[in-house]
Amino acid sequence: MNAATDAELVSRCRGGDADAWAELVERYARYVYAIAARVYRLGPEDAEDVFQEVFSRAFERLDTLRDDQALRPWLAQTTRNCAVDTLRRSGREVAVEEVPEEIDEGLARLDEALTVHAALDRLAPECREILDRFFRRDESYRTISAELELPAGTVASRIARCLTRLRDVLEPGRKPPPPPSGEKVGERR
Amino acid sequence: MTPEEHIALALRALPTPPTGWVEAAKELPATRRELETILERVDRDEQFRQRAIADLEATLVAEGVEPTSVVVAHLRRRLEP
Repeated sequence: MNAATDAELVSRCRGGDADAWAELVERYARYVYAIAARVYRLGPEDAEDVFQEVFSRAFERLDTLRDDQALRPWLAQTTRNCAVDTLRRSGREVAVEEVPEEIDEGLARLDEALTVHAALDRLAPECREILDRFFRRDESYRTISAELELPAGTVASRIARCLTRLRDVLEPGRKPPPPPSGEKVGERR
Repeated sequence: MTPEEHIALALRALPTPPTGWVEAAKELPATRRELETILERVDRDEQFRQRAIADLEATLVAEGVEPTSVVVAHLRRRLEP
């Protein structure tokens, strides 16, 4: 699957392409949400306000983005600004300023996570689906097994195999792995 | 931690936001067009403007626009004298 680059998406959004805008939102929704809810630990109402404000600013200001490939850092910085403004209004700003390293580490982890999520889009549909269900939607082996009509053991081995394929995508120069051993990843029922 | 476990951790690090939030963000282009229509009316219809200032949420609902926090905040900024 050839996903559009950020620069391509931004360019199409500037041309008024609503589908490109929807794709941009889909691509970064988890990232923006995670910064607001996990890094800055905003409650649901504040996180929603920040989430909508960030995409609203993005929609308004795409024309002013100097480098179309810089969408990700721009969104991260805008989310940080909105989150800090929210905390400032609620009198919690000091708590944030006391732990800048924690904030930076949290953002670095999310940047890495976003890269992994983007790589997921380059896997075959069966791998994308099973990894999405298990890791992102937090479904159990039992649920996945029932939904996909697969034995639980196959679910476990497919998750392991697909993780290895995802690693191949992330590290294209790596030596091919030995044949899968049916190793189980995670211990969810 | 194996590289695969590290990847698994990264996959779990980005939680799914509520569907409604994502859908609202996706609909921003359409919402903006509705907002522009409302703002044009605010500019040319003083009665409508006064109604919007008095009760913005109710005015939006009457016009068939969902008064989300972003929509309300945007219009309030534009309605300020």
